[in-house]
Amino acid sequence: MTAAKLPYAAQIVGRIEESPTIFTLRLRLMDPRAREQFRFAPGQFNMVYLYGVGEIPISIVSDPRDPSLLDHTIRAVGRVTQGLARLREGDQIGLRGPYGRGWPMQEAEGHDILVITGGLGCAPVVAVINYILMRRERFGRLTIIQGVKHAEELIWRERYAYWNTLPDTRVLLAADHGGPLWPWHVGLVTEVFDKAQITSERTIAMMCGPEPMMHAGIKNLVARGITEDRIYLSMERSMHCAVGHCGHCQYGASFLCRDGPVFAYPRIKDLFRFKGF
Amino acid sequence: MPDYLPRERFHELLQELERAGYLCVGPTVRDGAIVYDRLKSAADLPTGFSDEQSPGTYRIHFTDNKRQFAWANGPQALKPLLFAPRETLWQATRQADGTLTFASIAAAQPKLAFVGARACDLAALELQDQHFLHGVHRDQNYWNRRKDLFIVAVHCSHPALTCFCASTGDGPVANHGFDIALGELDEGFVVQAGSDRARKVLSALALSAASQVQVETNRLQGETAASTQTRALPGRNLRAALFANLEHPRWQQVADRCLSCGNCTSVCPTCFCHSETEHPQLDGTMSEHVREWDSCFTRGHSYIHGLTIRPDTRTRYRQWLTHKLGSWHEQYGRSGCVGCGRCISWCPAGIDITEEASAICLHGQ
Repeated sequence: MTAAKLPYAAQIVGRIEESPTIFTLRLRLMDPRAREQFRFAPGQFNMVYLYGVGEIPISIVSDPRDPSLLDHTIRAVGRVTQGLARLREGDQIGLRGPYGRGWPMQEAEGHDILVITGGLGCAPVVAVINYILMRRERFGRLTIIQGVKHAEELIWRERYAYWNTLPDTRVLLAADHGGPLWPWHVGLVTEVFDKAQITSERTIAMMCGPEPMMHAGIKNLVARGITEDRIYLSMERSMHCAVGHCGHCQYGASFLCRDGPVFAYPRIKDLFRFKGF
Repeated sequence: MPDYLPRERFHELLQELERAGYLCVGPTVRDGAIVYDRLKSAADLPTGFSDEQSPGTYRIHFTDNKRQFAWANGPQALKPLLFAPRETLWQATRQADGTLTFASIAAAQPKLAFVGARACDLAALELQDQHFLHGVHRDQNYWNRRKDLFIVAVHCSHPALTCFCASTGDGPVANHGFDIALGELDEGFVVQAGSDRARKVLSALALSAASQVQVETNRLQGETAASTQTRALPGRNLRAALFANLEHPRWQQVADRCLSCGNCTSVCPTCFCHSETEHPQLDGTMSEHVREWDSCFTRGHSYIHGLTIRPDTRTRYRQWLTHKLGSWHEQYGRSGCVGCGRCISWCPAGIDITEEASAICLHGQ
């Protein structure tokens, strides 16, 4: 039993502008002992604190091999994130974590991995992609599917293009509305599943993004023979405390901050078709 | 054999608790209600008061009754004493160069003796203990107030019309979770010790044993208090029935009456939701991280980056009830309702949880 609720000061040591509204902060804990002891798994998140404004849960996108530098990709949409967007290298923020259960990377070894994301859902799963690419021999075929509403919302265009050149790795992108320079699919993200060459018995799927998108994705994958227990989702709800006390992130009996945010689909299946939970 | 404490000697129990280092807190009349506050003497107790409760109604009346505990309950349980309605968790200090430091604010708390806890309140306390203390993370602020709490329970002899603790199995008689339990009779109290520290306090009072008649009267009083309750939940575990009826038309019907005000969650002795907000000083050097009771009936409760998961009252009431009577079973091994009836009395629209649960669970789609 621990309190584990007090933030540590962290310094912004790098800031990358991913798009006009999306940015990545590279953070380094100031306290050497805290930095030394920090360990995390892909899919876990930190509570990121902006002085005087508040805290928000943000997943860690960098590789767990180097926990001394923690990357967080953030979309400026609310009070905290818009404030964070204005910070620069050298500024300090607060950080506590890591919290939650991440992706099942151990169970996934030896399998084909199908990563399906929508919107900024790609951020929590980028950690998975990087993790696999750094340990390529432990995993089978990697397929990365990402859908966005408008082509211009896609971040990490070069990264996707680069991943697509790697052996045994396939990138399939879809935008509901394309554009003159959009070489990928125009339409729903589920429409590109056909091109993915899915071997159902060897595949583990990891999804993150808007729930209707994940809902459609699950239906599609199950129809292709991927069993439900091999489909993992990262869920999002409001979080204030991150230790299972404040009640905001409850989804049925689960506290997302503690029991999730990553779940095997059967764990949350009963509620997933209902809106409002 | 239990002891007997004559009514005129009740103040000695309070004195003895204070001598043992406790600050006494218990029922007193304020603002037309029986509330829990500091007891300076036995004169602060609501002697002669009774309460009248029904859906949307709470009134107290002064009678010629000599009893101190001839009422069911007020708007509070023990919750506000342990899980503070508002408190600072930590503070961030910012130097001129932007350096941040964080310090937790978990002040030492006085040792409290709570006099007058009801069986329903003790059941709720047990649930709050589970939530704040027995999970992966222990809440330090809650623990600081909880660890030395001395509890004097008083069996409920006058349940209100809104009470249904007999149906949840939590009352009206307190049978565990107390240091001392009192059964109030016309002439005084039947006293039962539940801990060693209680036996120590009681030994100083040198009480005589209760008579056979007093013990029997106390027992019968408890039975009557249970049998006179008219409300009941339609079962101890409604989880399956509720989750099988998530699209029941009743959710909309109750939402049409519900004001989504959050009174029910404020008076509920088990509701634990809270928000955390920042309270920065104007000079920019220090900011307090404050937690405050929140309610699943607010819009902000389910807000994430521009999206509200529960925008309407139907989904909020459904969230509350499916959690309270459903998901609690998976989370804490039992229902989150202890039958105190506060949410019925203090609902400005008079919505009755037993009626809604019955409509949804017994008359499924």
